[in-house]
Amino acid sequence: MSASGYESALSRITGVRGVRGAMLVSVSDGLVVAEQLMEGIKGAAVAALAASLATRLGRAMEAGGVGGGVFWHLQAERGALLVVPARAGLLVVAVADPGVNAGLVRLELLRAAESVA
Amino acid sequence: MTARAVEGWTLEPLTAFVQEAGARLVLLMTPAGQVLAQSGFTRAVDVMSAAALGAAIYASTTEIARQLGEPPFAGLAHQGERHGIFLAAVATDRGPVVVLAVYDLEVTSIGLVQLFFEQLAADLKSASPKGGEASQVLAADFERELSDSLNSLFGR
Repeated sequence: MSASGYESALSRITGVRGVRGAMLVSVSDGLVVAEQLMEGIKGAAVAALAASLATRLGRAMEAGGVGGGVFWHLQAERGALLVVPARAGLLVVAVADPGVNAGLVRLELLRAAESVA
Repeated sequence: MTARAVEGWTLEPLTAFVQEAGARLVLLMTPAGQVLAQSGFTRAVDVMSAAALGAAIYASTTEIARQLGEPPFAGLAHQGERHGIFLAAVATDRGPVVVLAVYDLEVTSIGLVQLFFEQLAADLKSASPKGGEASQVLAADFERELSDSLNSLFGR
């Protein structure tokens, strides 16, 4: 997929009301592949920590015999992190307001995950 | 994992970096290869080799940048099959400090190492004594200085 393809995949996620940013992250190295973030969100930090969390959660899920994760929603006091693993070792990550429509964001994350090679 | 320092002000930032970034081996040194602190090394000969090689890589990349008319590179990362290497420099009141970190790809990632390197850089800047740059080791004193440093780093 081209850089513009990544951008359009992320645009659909950031188009959801309450989403502050979306990014594609490489799981193995924790680096940002593409991002669309509001000012003030530390993309590199989110990428590194989300990738680390994905690796550890993946191990926990495998150890628990429940297979790989397909969607996580981490709710915090002032926002939420929503993540869908994609092919090619990528994560699709959304940073959102606490009251975001998580179902709609999940749908867009899954669409973006399908569209990235 | 035990961290040891020749220059005490580097110890706390180094310890925090090792814990946060999950780095396996870390060396803080001057651009000339004088070791300021280390974490994870068990043999003096490995510290000496790593310091010499790290300083040489830093010097080479700095010269390449100079020839390209660029400021020195912010960092250099190399990913192997099982381990990664990260090399970068921090400007402090005691002069530049070169950081060489070796990390296990099963444990951490270049993203995390880079992320916590930013914190290490800030911590080293604020912890460095304000008394100017460290004096360079003269050739005549080199062997004694090296021996003293290794004794400090390995608690002999």
